[in-house]
Amino acid sequence: MKPFGYVRAASVEEATEAFAAHPGARYLGGGTNLVDLMKLGVERPAVLVDVSRLPLDAVEELDDGSLRVGAAVRNSDLAAHPLVRDRYPALSQALLAGASGQLRNAATTGGNLLQRTRCPYFQDPAKPCNKRQPGQGCGAREGVHRDHAVLGHSEQCIATHPSDMAVALAALDARVELFDEEGARSVPAAEFHRLPGDRPERDTMIRPGELITSVVLPAATAGLPSAYRKARDRASYAFALASVAVVLRVADGRVAHAGIAFGALAHRPWRATRAEEALVGGPATPDAFAHAVGLELAAAQPLRDNGYKVPLARNIAVDVLTRLASAAAS
Amino acid sequence: MAGTGTAPGATHSALGAPAERIEGRLKVTGGARYAAEHPLPGRAQAWPVPATVARGRVTAVDAADALRIPGVLAVLTHENAPRLAEPDDRTLFVLQDASVPHRGWFVALVVAETLESARAAAAAVRVDYAVDEHDVTLTPDHPDAYEPETVNGDFPGRREIGGPDGAPAAVRVDVGYEVTPLHNHPMEPHASTAHWDDGELTVYSSSQGGNTVRDTLASMFETSAEHITVVSAHVGGGFGSKGTPRPDVVLAVLAARATGRPVTVSLPRRYLPAVVGHRAPTLHRVRLGAGRDGRLVSLAHEVTTYTSHVKEFVEQAAVSARVMYGAPHHFTTHHVVRLDVPSPSWMRAPGEAPGMYALESAMDELAAELGMDPVELRAVNDPDREPDSGKPFSSRHLVDCLREGARRFGWSGRDPRPGARAEGPLLLGTGVAAATYPVLVSPSTAEAEARPDGTFAVRVNATDIGTGARTVLAQVAADALGVALERVRIEVGCTTLPAAPLAGGSSGTSSWGWAVHDACARLAERLAEHGGTPPAAGVTARADTAGRADAESDYARHAFGAHFAEAAVDTVTGEVRVRRLLGVYAAGRILNARTARSQFVGGMTMGLGMALTETSTLDPAFGDFTESDLASYHVPAHADVPDVEAHWIDESDPHVNPMGSKGIGEIGIVGTAAAIGNAVHHATGVRFRELPLTPDKVLRGLGG
Repeated sequence: MKPFGYVRAASVEEATEAFAAHPGARYLGGGTNLVDLMKLGVERPAVLVDVSRLPLDAVEELDDGSLRVGAAVRNSDLAAHPLVRDRYPALSQALLAGASGQLRNAATTGGNLLQRTRCPYFQDPAKPCNKRQPGQGCGAREGVHRDHAVLGHSEQCIATHPSDMAVALAALDARVELFDEEGARSVPAAEFHRLPGDRPERDTMIRPGELITSVVLPAATAGLPSAYRKARDRASYAFALASVAVVLRVADGRVAHAGIAFGALAHRPWRATRAEEALVGGPATPDAFAHAVGLELAAAQPLRDNGYKVPLARNIAVDVLTRLASAAAS
Repeated sequence: MAGTGTAPGATHSALGAPAERIEGRLKVTGGARYAAEHPLPGRAQAWPVPATVARGRVTAVDAADALRIPGVLAVLTHENAPRLAEPDDRTLFVLQDASVPHRGWFVALVVAETLESARAAAAAVRVDYAVDEHDVTLTPDHPDAYEPETVNGDFPGRREIGGPDGAPAAVRVDVGYEVTPLHNHPMEPHASTAHWDDGELTVYSSSQGGNTVRDTLASMFETSAEHITVVSAHVGGGFGSKGTPRPDVVLAVLAARATGRPVTVSLPRRYLPAVVGHRAPTLHRVRLGAGRDGRLVSLAHEVTTYTSHVKEFVEQAAVSARVMYGAPHHFTTHHVVRLDVPSPSWMRAPGEAPGMYALESAMDELAAELGMDPVELRAVNDPDREPDSGKPFSSRHLVDCLREGARRFGWSGRDPRPGARAEGPLLLGTGVAAATYPVLVSPSTAEAEARPDGTFAVRVNATDIGTGARTVLAQVAADALGVALERVRIEVGCTTLPAAPLAGGSSGTSSWGWAVHDACARLAERLAEHGGTPPAAGVTARADTAGRADAESDYARHAFGAHFAEAAVDTVTGEVRVRRLLGVYAAGRILNARTARSQFVGGMTMGLGMALTETSTLDPAFGDFTESDLASYHVPAHADVPDVEAHWIDESDPHVNPMGSKGIGEIGIVGTAAAIGNAVHHATGVRFRELPLTPDKVLRGLGG
């Protein structure tokens, strides 16, 4: 680990100023991923700007019925928050499906979104990785890639995004609020992460120095039936082989609203818009669900050893849709 | 400095009592010092540099940038490191030449004032290589495979009874199984702290046996063993990977010699997979032939595995078939191929764990073919004598374990048809498998002293690797002395104590306990001569079991067990979760019910990992293991292990040692994977023959 500076910011403005003043700076949240990557030599920041103690640690209900989650809210606290559990069960379930109790106690909302892929080639500086070092090549494409992407990957990168939380946020139509010296903006959570294309070193659309200040859960999906399901190698403390978050409203036997996002299939949470479009207005039946999910997954391009992810994703999505629909009917 | 402890207030003295761990309080309060936790004055820290090619030669090392980092004391390479005498185990011959036998082999060591400086400097060392082609892929018909004379444990590689199999059999199975590489990954990574002081070497090492470490260092550093003290007071697990010295201790001693400072080498978790051993993958072909009555007429178990170019280690996976079942035609063989892989080594129940997975899975397949209950199939094939040697068993209560397990598990109502039980999308099944592990014992010395204050000091260089060895040895002593446990002070974990063998092969308690028992029995006699009260100078008695503990026995001596599992297979995801695991063991006299249970349950949990979650993937392109941390090498989490029961039957065996005990540290893993695999077949009707049973494989098998 190379020596680095440390700055603790007291305000959002102070944080972005500190970042701008220090070339090679990185924001530090819970440090559950960044510090590991520093030890591995993957991240080599000159300065850490600690944003974990900014006054962004509250979950507050806004006048329009939406819920604003501060970027420094810990994953454990967010998962346990009564309003989150009540109105956005998929988010609470996704958070609790992630990592371990100890990690969730440390990890923050903002940091969770910005965690890096767990691709083993990315994590080993002695191996080629276009994400870590553009132009170096990809060790995973012809290598060990059982856990890698089946959707939206590129010649340069087949990594997946590891977050469970982000998958639920994408399905729930959450927005990510950002701040930098040019001001504040907000983007849909489903568009916050990007596909690798020929710039795999960029995980998200965030600008250099821009800070996540909060995540807003909209009133529109509050209280809608939702659920998260994750398939994994062991029952706890394992990244998803595939996961799905579903928000479903059924009225008179027909789908009135569908939000579906897959995890562990792509470089970002994969919002299944094709499936959603196929479902809305149609019957809420297992056959319709299977058809719609099939349309979405038709775009999959599995690699040599990860073809199982396609039926796995299909199965969990149809299962969750069917469960939510039958719960609505009863 | 070695682990000295006083028994807690509990007054259990009888062997078998569930005495609490003597050092338990010390451990949970952080007072127990492990090998890296000895901050000697002036201590430096070292960080190794692993090779980044799979095969080749170091052509140049540029340490200039590394040496410029503040606090760096030295960069040792094969060009400047002190010379070593060549050891038998060439995995220890580090920094002596330019060759790179596998990826991850250490090519340099940075010594610095702090761990952070050492790590940063290690990253700054530039190494150039001449790279050769490599091959790390084991195949069943690899052209370089050969048949070794002997396999691990010095067993013959091949045994053949009854000539070629031409026997008529009503039913045959001919099946292949695969167990992928596995890693021990003890909680405490391998670490050593070394200090030279005027020719006297003190080493704190995380090892399963300090005497072996001392003797190996004496030979490599060409000094007398009397000048070396090895302390292994507390060890955070080993599972075989600390059974022999590892590069950490050699590097620490080298670095201490080169810098004149005490040095700690604490291997990072990510470096362990390449340098501290692993269970080699095994490819199995098992052929069984049986009559309609289930009696085996032929048994063939053929194993193919790999070893490294550094040393030959052949996982003896076909050996357990020689113990388990007899057949007029009985054939067991091993083939091995040298690949450019990290050196495999001992991992909990080497041989038995993968071998019994294959054999006991094949027995389940045979039972299904016969339409016979798998418990009954094993019962009808229970031999009177050890099939391979023809010796009588000192005790064999496998069938009792199976019957008792079946009773406790509720086996009798089982519908044998596969796929008959479902809960929504879950398919449920139950499975059974047998287990065996040999009774191993080595000579040991021990010393017992009666002190005027009424306490007894018992000294033996046993190693407590987390098993509770201190406690059980104190119980053995108390029992032999006929005194309460709290009067016994046990000292273990230092080579200044009477020499003793390693904690391995489930032999520790038998070996050490025998010597402790004898020393204490002798002391009791001497004390009686003094009218029961020791004189002011105390009374001491010593024992050495050489010639007895290692005497050839007229008996085949093994522990046996039966494993039962209930598994739920999710047809949506292919996820397999174990609902219940139950083991019943016949392992001689159980000396401490609490720590024994912990050993059995721990072994079963490790077997669950072998069955479902643990695997190390060799990367064909880069030549290393992909899973290099505990986030990706999936040891079972608590959520994977909901209900594990371990029981034992009262077994009295007069032919093993004075305590009547057999080893218990390994047998728990042995049959577990097969029992779970058989339960998965019962649940689904599909035979999965490659471990671990991860969702990708299971979903594919279900037609997912």
